Amino acid sequence: MVNLIDIVLMGLLLITAFAVVRMRDLFAIVMLFSIYSLVSASFFVNLDAVDVALTEAAVGAGISTVLMLGTLAMTRRYEERRPRHAPLLPLFIVAVTGAALIYGTLDMPHFADPQAPIHQHVAPRYIEQSGTEIGIPNIVASILASYRGFDTLGETAVVFTAGLGVLTLLGRFGRREELSDGRSMYHDMILRVIGKALVPLMLLFALYVQFHGELGPGGGFQAGVVAAAAFILYSIVFGWDRAQKIISPFVLNIMMASGVTLYALVGVGGMLLGGEFLNYNVLGSYPAGGQHLGIFLVELGVGITVAAVMLSIYFDFAARVAVRKMEAR
Amino acid sequence: MSTILGLYNYWIVVLLMMTGFYIVIAHGNLIKKVIGLNIFQTSVIIMYISMGKVRDGAPPILTEGVTLFSNPLPHVLMLTAIVVGVATTALALSLVVRINEAYGSIEEEDIHTQEKSS
Repeated sequence: MVNLIDIVLMGLLLITAFAVVRMRDLFAIVMLFSIYSLVSASFFVNLDAVDVALTEAAVGAGISTVLMLGTLAMTRRYEERRPRHAPLLPLFIVAVTGAALIYGTLDMPHFADPQAPIHQHVAPRYIEQSGTEIGIPNIVASILASYRGFDTLGETAVVFTAGLGVLTLLGRFGRREELSDGRSMYHDMILRVIGKALVPLMLLFALYVQFHGELGPGGGFQAGVVAAAAFILYSIVFGWDRAQKIISPFVLNIMMASGVTLYALVGVGGMLLGGEFLNYNVLGSYPAGGQHLGIFLVELGVGITVAAVMLSIYFDFAARVAVRKMEAR
Repeated sequence: MSTILGLYNYWIVVLLMMTGFYIVIAHGNLIKKVIGLNIFQTSVIIMYISMGKVRDGAPPILTEGVTLFSNPLPHVLMLTAIVVGVATTALALSLVVRINEAYGSIEEEDIHTQEKSS
């Protein structure tokens, strides 16, 4: 059954990707890409990667679609030029590379083979020991926040840096007061009513994913993205100037930085109490208790930074669109 | 038959990856290039998740009575990769917006012509 669903979903992904190549209407391409993300999220559920699926559904189908549409609003909708070169050379390169890669897969262990080398090292230890060492059921959360906490700190820092980069490139400051045009969706009653009903539920779900992430699928990354999606929905329907009254850009900037800082401080706290950087065992009176506290704080830091960065990126795009609209008038 | 079924996922991954690669090298539109890169990235993520699957395994959340889990390690790595991916995509898109403001076009060829004539 798993195999059958797998074959169908992979086929759908391939068809969607081919359609993206053929189309010239960028709006349709963005929509197709959103479908592509949703299909791959279902694929991840089928292969037991529930945490990954949650992230992909919120990120791929939600936020990156909104950002791409924002970019289209500021550029243009159609791919205007056909490529000057004949497609023969790129096709040749792609075919040769693909053939080499497929030749390479012949040595790969077969799909779902329990004897594959990947399942022989490291992972068995996590599966067998994390229950007693860390004391939380979600193995993915144990690895993410504790065993490989240093990686995750780096990745949170990358997200933070990307947020800073977008802020520098599109900056939302200075001209904010003059702009009030961002409420064009407000007159659509269906959107208004549904938006009002959905936003609190989404925020509640984000909190659930954040604080239940140790027991079930979830954690800081997913919660941050879901929370940001709720605010983005709010600001699409009710206008981004109103959304900025709830969370001002200043608060957002503080949040972006404070999440990463909280994460790093938990690590330093471990050092001060006599352990290594990001060793949570020493944070509590007994090791598993310390792990609980450490993972809770670290996931909270990740959630705050990810939510703030995603929202900040959206505001940067929205403000730019509004500025261009005003200049055009 | 078992070879085809066993390697099916990896072959589709290669095809997806090459589709993304083709879009990046053959198309001049910058937004389309970004989407091509994203397809390329998703194919890598799908490959890792496929490798992590164990036959009859359960999602890696400790539950009583379950002993066989899929491999949680690729899940962790790919989860963070997705979030980092959207952050870098946003960075790429904002570069596209600035390029469009500077050159009035997001077609690679137009930008090249303008660069040459200036």
